[in-house]
Amino acid sequence: MTTITKKPESPIAHLTEADIEQIGTELDAIRQDILDDRGERDAAYIRKVVSSQRKLELGSRALLLASVLPPAWFLGTTGLSVAKILENMEIGHNVMHGQWDWMRDPKIHSTTWEWDNASTAEGWKHSHNEIHHTYTNIVGKDNDLGYGIMRVDEDQRWHPMHLGQPLWNFINACVFEYGIAAYDLELGKNLAVPKEKRSETFKRNAKNTLRKIRRQATKDYVIHPTMALPTGSFLPTLAANITANLVRNLWSHSVIMCGHFPEGVETFEQKSIPENETRGQWYVRQMLGSANISGSSLMHFMTGNLSHQIEHHLFPDLPSNRYAEVAPRVKALFEKYDLAYHEAPLPAQVYSAWHKVIRLSLPNDWLATTTPKNAPQQVATLYKMTTGGPKVRRAAQARLQQQARKSA
Amino acid sequence: MSPLALIRSAETGPRRLRDGLVRVAEAAVTPLELGDVLDVFNPLRSGAPLRGRIVEVRPETATSATLVIKPGQDWAGHVPGQYVRVGVDVDGVRLWRTYSLTHGPTLDGCISITVKAIPDGVVSGYLVHRSRPGQMLQLDQAQGDFVLPVPLPAKLLLVTAGSGITPVIGMLRNLFSRAEPAAGGPDQLVLLHSALARADVIFGDELRGYAAEGRLRLVELHTDVDGMLDVADLEAMVPDLAERTTYACGPVGLLDAIEAHHAERGLPLHVERFRPKTVAPGEGGTLTFVSGETVEADGSTPILDAAEDAGVLMPSGCRMGICFGCVLPMTEGAVRDMRNGELTIAVPGETNPDGVPIQTCISAAAGACSINH
Repeated sequence: MTTITKKPESPIAHLTEADIEQIGTELDAIRQDILDDRGERDAAYIRKVVSSQRKLELGSRALLLASVLPPAWFLGTTGLSVAKILENMEIGHNVMHGQWDWMRDPKIHSTTWEWDNASTAEGWKHSHNEIHHTYTNIVGKDNDLGYGIMRVDEDQRWHPMHLGQPLWNFINACVFEYGIAAYDLELGKNLAVPKEKRSETFKRNAKNTLRKIRRQATKDYVIHPTMALPTGSFLPTLAANITANLVRNLWSHSVIMCGHFPEGVETFEQKSIPENETRGQWYVRQMLGSANISGSSLMHFMTGNLSHQIEHHLFPDLPSNRYAEVAPRVKALFEKYDLAYHEAPLPAQVYSAWHKVIRLSLPNDWLATTTPKNAPQQVATLYKMTTGGPKVRRAAQARLQQQARKSA
Repeated sequence: MSPLALIRSAETGPRRLRDGLVRVAEAAVTPLELGDVLDVFNPLRSGAPLRGRIVEVRPETATSATLVIKPGQDWAGHVPGQYVRVGVDVDGVRLWRTYSLTHGPTLDGCISITVKAIPDGVVSGYLVHRSRPGQMLQLDQAQGDFVLPVPLPAKLLLVTAGSGITPVIGMLRNLFSRAEPAAGGPDQLVLLHSALARADVIFGDELRGYAAEGRLRLVELHTDVDGMLDVADLEAMVPDLAERTTYACGPVGLLDAIEAHHAERGLPLHVERFRPKTVAPGEGGTLTFVSGETVEADGSTPILDAAEDAGVLMPSGCRMGICFGCVLPMTEGAVRDMRNGELTIAVPGETNPDGVPIQTCISAAAGACSINH
């Protein structure tokens, strides 16, 4: 992958300005159709999901009070994991997007919702709704690309420290809620600033996040295990909460990685985005910058319908239960304008995304030029590049590129 | 420990224990509030936001119906003649309206409102034709000072038109339901009621029954036969008008006419107006913020831009309608969604008391707007 403007053949070279504006008009029409039809059925849907999720969580936590018994532990932990996933994805993420604000119900509203996650709703709404959804896949602007800790693009110069990124990515997946909290705070950038010069906003946000983390941890790791103490279930309940959070973290990380990271999804250079990007241009960037996960309706539900990432990015404020409905029309639009609609089952997208993480952890073209036969030499080259200085790296990189061109 | 301190700790002990338990429960359900969890099981419990469950929907005429509602435990009661604000989810959207309570306090604790479906009335049409027992409504406590004084004046005139009968029927039922009727009789109570036609008289049979029993004198006017109620005819219809205290409820035109008529003669009058305010959408308007700042905005500039240009510090985000970082509650006024022209209107006393949330970055003023910021 490389940013779209640096590709030899841009996937949108065949689109005229008029085409792009027409795409905008057609997508607006799809959006309007849903707005016109939105109503009681949608409201009943989200209310049912919210109340079912709450019952599931309470039921699971009740079972965990006796989690010293293995069946209770197993059922309770499974239920709690599912409840946390639903709360974060189908409910929290979507409510905070304002997908349900039209109901004017203060209990299900983007301005009042707080979610079961280390990151605060306020921090999340800023970094996700505002930054990620507006500047989707613009390298250097959209922190969702590698969360500011990974090499996500061939254009970023390779450095030996990038070798560790598959490991960072895995660790990030395990503690994803804290990763999100850290990147909502732009922790790396802000901690680099001397303490006395840090902005008031950052200090306030950091304080709020720490308080949120404390409350979340107290609930999961102190209160509920202690409540299970009478049955001797303190440790099993503690383990259940750790497991549920871990499952939720791994699952949400996988789904979110599938949204923008699989091979074929485009990234953009900041300077290539026009100052006054039109709605049509913004739509096209969203179309090119997202990938879908195909699968059963249960799978879509468990991903919070983020499996319809393309539709979600085009219409972030439409109710999530409607994405499946608009998907065929959106897909037809892609075909009409000869654009690639990236869609694959979950395992394929997870594999693709991880493949990219690993490929980019290595110097450009290294993975492509490595075969079982030349493996020893390639490893030697990599060793040299890792231990040598910038000059050594540049020379070896040039050789790799040459090699790749020859074999192509 | 002094005896006094001992007594005090014995008194506060249970309360402290309860507060402690509540704190633990709150910590166990965070980030939800304890109430959110309890609401799943008992939305009518004490301490919950005031709601009600529809128990019965009873048709009155072809275009009106009475809703019997079981209010939440925190319902503080009401005096007949008062009204209640009701939040109804129509096609998934919560809309607020105000209706008169049509019963005095009852034994089963239920309250009732009677709704007339007005043409194009989104909420009234829904309540009359589509609401069903079991559905939940949002409620406010009863309000209003359109109530009968105690003791009752010796001579009363009740003037009502159309659904204006609804607060008055509550007063009458309350008077007549007592074991020993506190008041009544055709001399003390005169009810002058105007409706489009005989079939359109809400509570028609009940009112005629009261008249037949001699509890009141009923003068019915049907517009289709008798024409509109003209206040010039009041003295002819009610000869002892000068001795009576008048309570009137009905359309604005009628109330204005009675007010003028009674003011001229110096007669005591109490009126109930159903729609004190209306908002007619236009193009552009003045934005008023809680801080007191006012900004002129035209119909083609987002409220966010207009306010910022005038120096108001506004919350903002993507500035294209997707991130909801700029949402602010509008307590009164009308705005137009610049993407599709859709209007959002906030009417005090009708829409959510805390304001209707609007996205300021894609909304242009469609009239004067008060914004809670």
